[in-house]
Amino acid sequence: MSVLNAALVGNPNCGKTALFNLLTGSRQKVANYAGVTVERKVGRLTTPKGLAVRLLDLPGAYSLVATSPDEAVTRDVCAGTYRGEPAPELLVCVVDATNLRLHLRFALEVRQMGRPMILVLNMIDAAKRQGIAIDVPRLEAEFGAPVVTAVGIRRDGGQEVLRALDLPPPPPPPAMPSGSDFHAEARRILADCVTRPSRLGMALEERLDRWFLHPVWGMVILFALMFVMFQAVFSWAQPVMDLLDAGTAALGQAVGTLLPDGALRSLIVDGVIAGAGSVVVFLPQILILFLWILALEESGYLPRAAFLLDRIMATAGLSGRSFIPLLSSFACAVPGIMATRTIQNPRDRMITILIAPLMTCSARLPVYTLLIAAFVPERRVGGLFNLHGLVLFALYMAGILSALVVARVLKNRDRQEEHPLLLELPAYRLPNPRDLALGLKQRAVIFLSRVGTIIVTVSVLLWALASFPAPPAGAAGPAIEWSLAGRIGHWMLYVMAPIGFNWQICVSLIPGLAAREVAVSALATVYSLGATDSDAANQLQPLLSAHWSLGTALSLLTWYIFAPQCFSTLAVIRRETGSWRMVGITAGYLFAMAYGAAFIVWRISLLLGWGGSP
Amino acid sequence: MRLNELKLGGSAIIDHVEDHTAGDPVAERLRALGFVPGEPIRIVAVGPIGADPIAVGIGFTRFALRRAEAARVLLRDAA
Repeated sequence: MSVLNAALVGNPNCGKTALFNLLTGSRQKVANYAGVTVERKVGRLTTPKGLAVRLLDLPGAYSLVATSPDEAVTRDVCAGTYRGEPAPELLVCVVDATNLRLHLRFALEVRQMGRPMILVLNMIDAAKRQGIAIDVPRLEAEFGAPVVTAVGIRRDGGQEVLRALDLPPPPPPPAMPSGSDFHAEARRILADCVTRPSRLGMALEERLDRWFLHPVWGMVILFALMFVMFQAVFSWAQPVMDLLDAGTAALGQAVGTLLPDGALRSLIVDGVIAGAGSVVVFLPQILILFLWILALEESGYLPRAAFLLDRIMATAGLSGRSFIPLLSSFACAVPGIMATRTIQNPRDRMITILIAPLMTCSARLPVYTLLIAAFVPERRVGGLFNLHGLVLFALYMAGILSALVVARVLKNRDRQEEHPLLLELPAYRLPNPRDLALGLKQRAVIFLSRVGTIIVTVSVLLWALASFPAPPAGAAGPAIEWSLAGRIGHWMLYVMAPIGFNWQICVSLIPGLAAREVAVSALATVYSLGATDSDAANQLQPLLSAHWSLGTALSLLTWYIFAPQCFSTLAVIRRETGSWRMVGITAGYLFAMAYGAAFIVWRISLLLGWGGSP
Repeated sequence: MRLNELKLGGSAIIDHVEDHTAGDPVAERLRALGFVPGEPIRIVAVGPIGADPIAVGIGFTRFALRRAEAARVLLRDAA
């Protein structure tokens, strides 16, 4: 049976994605267009008469004179020139019935492509509520293509579109002479077909924006929202994450008792189950963060937040859109980098991804607290502050400041034309639960299937490095010392000794690549504590203060501010940018900064006499 | 007068959008978004720091833009 290739096109904020979700339900596939990081959504549906339709949800565009990769994809797919995409046999052009002035201009531009098309007046219910009367038959005659109405957020709101798909494709619409003014034509058609009361519908927007965009109250509301969001990502997710952690540990143990002692058991328990566990443990944070972001985006608030924060982010050469991904990166860079999807400008998105790992994530905390407790004396400073707290604060600030510097340097490097803010502040809407649920599901699937596979593979690899070869019978010392990882750790000493590291640190850095906090338990293993995670830190603390110099500790802390000691972050960068080069650049510059900064800290420590054994 | 000089709450009519460079993509985009001659425009909000960016209402849509972008839009007095 033949399949009809159709594509949804329309302005951003025309309700296209809600309509797409309504028409295709959960039969969607999300991927990227070949060679670019633009998200490609395709769904399948069957019309009442049994016609199979493959529906492509093209990125929203304001104009086919493209200014972003999104718009270039839309332009090329509509024109049928995008490599690997069949030319659509039918364009379904969606316009917001309450904002026809802007959207009809784009519809006219699409009509100019000369492909069979239908025009969908979406959100017709809202238009009626605002008292907008549209003469549909007349519009159909003036526009020259079939016109149907739809309500993307109502369960039966897509019936007319489905019926229109059942009809034989309409002939290509008439084109205007080249060089015509689309605005003038849109204005002419609207004057003929639409009557609307004067700006009555804007009253709600006016009132809300008076608060949300207010220089003082707007900021208060924004920071309250961000505070709750940060709390949610940082602490509400924690119990669930602990539960998942305990769950994987219990599963590992349960499976462990079933298998005979040996390499196979270790592979399954320490490699595969622990690796999969380190993937699943991110899910609560990702889901909570994306629930917030999707709700803020759907409601129309996100562009307003970008408006309020634009000036602050401009000091780093970024726009307001980078704020939420960077804030989220304080909890974890993985959801933070996934959240950069809301940044349309590709250059801003790349820079945000590059600096996101510099935001101090929660996995660095166990390492920071261990070293601070072991080496920084508990003391009040100025009668008010605790020295431990001050050092921790300094570590966070060092990350933020270096991110600012990196962003500025990258910005100066690229002397392109200005990157405008210019964004639409769409009408406020209540987020639709179905659209939120579908959005969350897509994020979860992307993370588990495409990021997860890389993380599990690397975990197994790291497990193998730390387990083979096994120590000879009767050997003294921890097993890891005899393994490949142990040997690599000793070799690494040639490179790491100049920054004050000892071989124990080098060895623990290798399993620590799976996740930063693993370095703590790895250190415990190297120092033959064999302690469980929970009290490893307590037992390690006196040991470290006895064995390490202050300089070594400071150097390791500095290293941790910068070092990309986290394969999950690198895996998610690979997934989000589709490029190993980007992964290489990120890892390269972060390692270079880590090494450089730790080197300076170690040298200064030596000068101050902090480098000797305690 | 230019759009970046219009005060909060003020309104005017767009005269035209000028290119700052040859084939200025920002000006091109402004025109595509409806910043066309004869269109009434008003400032509905200004940013918290240095009153930049600005939010404008045009037709039935609102846009946020920086003052440097707004400087491309020439205005005439509201009739």
